[in-house]
Amino acid sequence: MSAVLNSVDLFSLPGEDDIYRTRLGNGILLLLRRNESSPSVVFSGYLPGGSLFDPQDKLGLAYLTAAMLMRGTQRHTFQQIYDDLETAGASLGFGASVHNINFSGRCLAEDLHLLIELLSECLRGPAFPSEQIERLRAQTLTHLAIRAQDTAEMADLKFDEILFAGHPYSRPEDGYPHTINAISREDILDFHQSLYGPNGMVIAIAGAVEPDSAFDLLQISLEGWTNPDQPALPELPEVRPRTEQTRLHIPLAGKTQVDVLMGAHGPRRNDPNYLAASLGNNILGQFGMMGRIGDAVREKAGLAYYASTSLNGWINAGSWEIAAGVNPANVEKAIEIILAEVRRFITEPVSQDELRDSQLNFIGKLPLSLESNAGVAIGLLNLERFNLGLNYYREYPSLISAITAEEVLQTAQIYLDPERFLIVSCGPEVKIES
Amino acid sequence: MADETLQSRLPNNLQIHLKEIHTAPIISHWVWYRIGSRYEIPGSTGISHWVEHIQFKGTSRFPAGTLDKSISRTGGVWNAFTYLDWTTYYETLPAGQIDLALQIESDRMLNSLFDPADVESERTVILSELEGSQNQPTYRLGEAVQRAAFDRHPYRNEIIGSAEDLKQIQRDDLYRHYCNYYTPANAVVTLAGDFDAEVMLERIAARYADIPANHRPKLITPEEAPLAEERRVTVEGPGETTFMQLAYRAPAASHADFFPFAVLDSLLCGATSLNIFGGGGISNKTSRLYRALVEKELAVNVRGGLQATIDPFLFEIILTVRPEHKPAEVLAAIDAQISRLQDSPVSEEDIARAVKQARAMFTYGSENITNQAFWLGYAEMFSHYDWFTGYLDSLARVTPADIQRIAQVYLSPARRVVGLYLPGGEETPHR
Repeated sequence: MSAVLNSVDLFSLPGEDDIYRTRLGNGILLLLRRNESSPSVVFSGYLPGGSLFDPQDKLGLAYLTAAMLMRGTQRHTFQQIYDDLETAGASLGFGASVHNINFSGRCLAEDLHLLIELLSECLRGPAFPSEQIERLRAQTLTHLAIRAQDTAEMADLKFDEILFAGHPYSRPEDGYPHTINAISREDILDFHQSLYGPNGMVIAIAGAVEPDSAFDLLQISLEGWTNPDQPALPELPEVRPRTEQTRLHIPLAGKTQVDVLMGAHGPRRNDPNYLAASLGNNILGQFGMMGRIGDAVREKAGLAYYASTSLNGWINAGSWEIAAGVNPANVEKAIEIILAEVRRFITEPVSQDELRDSQLNFIGKLPLSLESNAGVAIGLLNLERFNLGLNYYREYPSLISAITAEEVLQTAQIYLDPERFLIVSCGPEVKIES
Repeated sequence: MADETLQSRLPNNLQIHLKEIHTAPIISHWVWYRIGSRYEIPGSTGISHWVEHIQFKGTSRFPAGTLDKSISRTGGVWNAFTYLDWTTYYETLPAGQIDLALQIESDRMLNSLFDPADVESERTVILSELEGSQNQPTYRLGEAVQRAAFDRHPYRNEIIGSAEDLKQIQRDDLYRHYCNYYTPANAVVTLAGDFDAEVMLERIAARYADIPANHRPKLITPEEAPLAEERRVTVEGPGETTFMQLAYRAPAASHADFFPFAVLDSLLCGATSLNIFGGGGISNKTSRLYRALVEKELAVNVRGGLQATIDPFLFEIILTVRPEHKPAEVLAAIDAQISRLQDSPVSEEDIARAVKQARAMFTYGSENITNQAFWLGYAEMFSHYDWFTGYLDSLARVTPADIQRIAQVYLSPARRVVGLYLPGGEETPHR
């Protein structure tokens, strides 16, 4: 493995000697890494205010509030905002996840001041024009109508609803038609006024900009922002352990393919088991052409265009999922093959070759993921979001190399028990075998 | 963006194009073949895409399953795309591992096995891919519009092919296709990244020079007569959302009208990015159609696009209709905007804005070495690399009168297909 470690130039990766990290007076945290190879700048960031604050009967409130930020401010109309942005060939966007409001922007270096000013204006002074709210509501309802016809999305919606029952992760950030219809302008105003503020806000910048210049721009635009009413983050409940296998099918007429989603809880991103689970996930359903499961379902059985796994480690909990797109006649057969692979995975350790292959894969792909400004900005943000430390990327090859087959097995046994799997499918009618 | 590159050709006629970039220890390697759905005859639609799938099934030297693992072990990424005019394969790897890409691609240019069992297994995989696409209303609408837009030219077919043809094509058909088109004379190899170009040229020659040249196939595609009148197609299916897709016959990428058309597209529908690996695009909320349709609450969204192709293809406008409005109202609003372009010239500022947007998007895309290697070969498939390096200058030369003429010549109703996806009911036949 030492040869692998030597093949990665650790000092080409972001680390504490080239990540600039500082706070504005109001607590906003800035992370920055310079890259002069292209005259452009990217930023990504977040602040608290996600869907975990949504009332149950107004799911989608955080989503609509974030989506309204650029639809008119105290100083500029929707069209003026986008005219400035698009004339500069720049982009800026906001969205809501469960925990946070996320934002990202991209511009030529010469226009960074414009983008930072606009970021501040949208966060601090949105006008929430009624006409724009109604337009957004109509667009969201159409989006939800399209979602209702998407087999993969409907399977995913039901999967989260059951797997995370009683937890905010069970609820869709974009809500349901009846909850979107229940949200008023006052709800959006209140949500913004009470929740948005500088506490907990992080911005990561990568590109052709001096740290001092970026700091000055942020200071001018955002240091004056305060919100003494900004609440502390609520305690979230533990996810409920699963006790039995659940299998259900959502019929959707007029479709030709069934999307299958199956799995269980997984580790949080900062759980000590996360990297071993991630490496195991790679072996099970990603490495090469979708790992062992892709090999069994797609390559050997020819049953699906895709059959792969994903490990989703979030702040409070996680999921370990297997997804496949299958002809209605082959659904139960594909599920059987997948379950057999999972049983093998939790019964015997992965081979040393498999382990080494995935370790090499993880270490080798790190420079690729951090190649572009966008990749670096997200990479910096994750350091902070999951409390990984500024040298995490340089330590990562050693962390990955140290994981053993036994650890992968033990971690898989904690999370992957086919007898307690949740199995959801959506598409044309299928016959479910008991 | 016209940084120095090295262009060469091996004695077997393999075209090579290299660009040194030393910002990250990464190299991206692409092999482009001049073969895609444009060259497919009825009964064999989808054959190019299927061959692309089989190219991942191995050779004697790299048996099935070892290819993916070899790439994954390096941490690199690889994939392939089949398009109307071309098929391309790429690997982006840590610079020290690039020989693996040279070995794999030179090997499978000649030695792919086309094992009958793999062919059969991949038949169901591709049918599954097709079924996944057909789950989407917009795919079904796009398929119907494209078919109605051409009577004879293979551009009328979906790249993935029809289910009927996918059930009929046999192993020997695929192998013949492979032998005919996967040859040095019909290919371009492009690399960008952390290498010395002269040294890399020697390494490429060591891997590819012994492959027999074969010939560059002469292909004659059927002439397509202009549309004589507007055509309308309707697709019906599940859901509660109405989608509209307009397709106008557009110029080929090498035609002088392509660049003014690209500016027109930018003004009407929003700027389009040529980046396929990150670098993204920009929003289109100040475009004329967004203002006329979305701001006026006739549509939920709208986008458009012009594609760079060898033969004249399509300029498309795609939108989601607001439930409380009829498609005819939306069409009238689109026609009003087109009339505006036909009747009065746009401003010089509008053109300058479109050029800056294009410049910004090229800059974003250049952060990524894979994009840069893509660009080295992309324009060769329908024109020449100069098309790409001169892209911004070509846009900057566009005049308001050019755009007015393009709108008058190309955007008349007689040159278009109007497609609708209506929720509920059964599908209706084309035309």
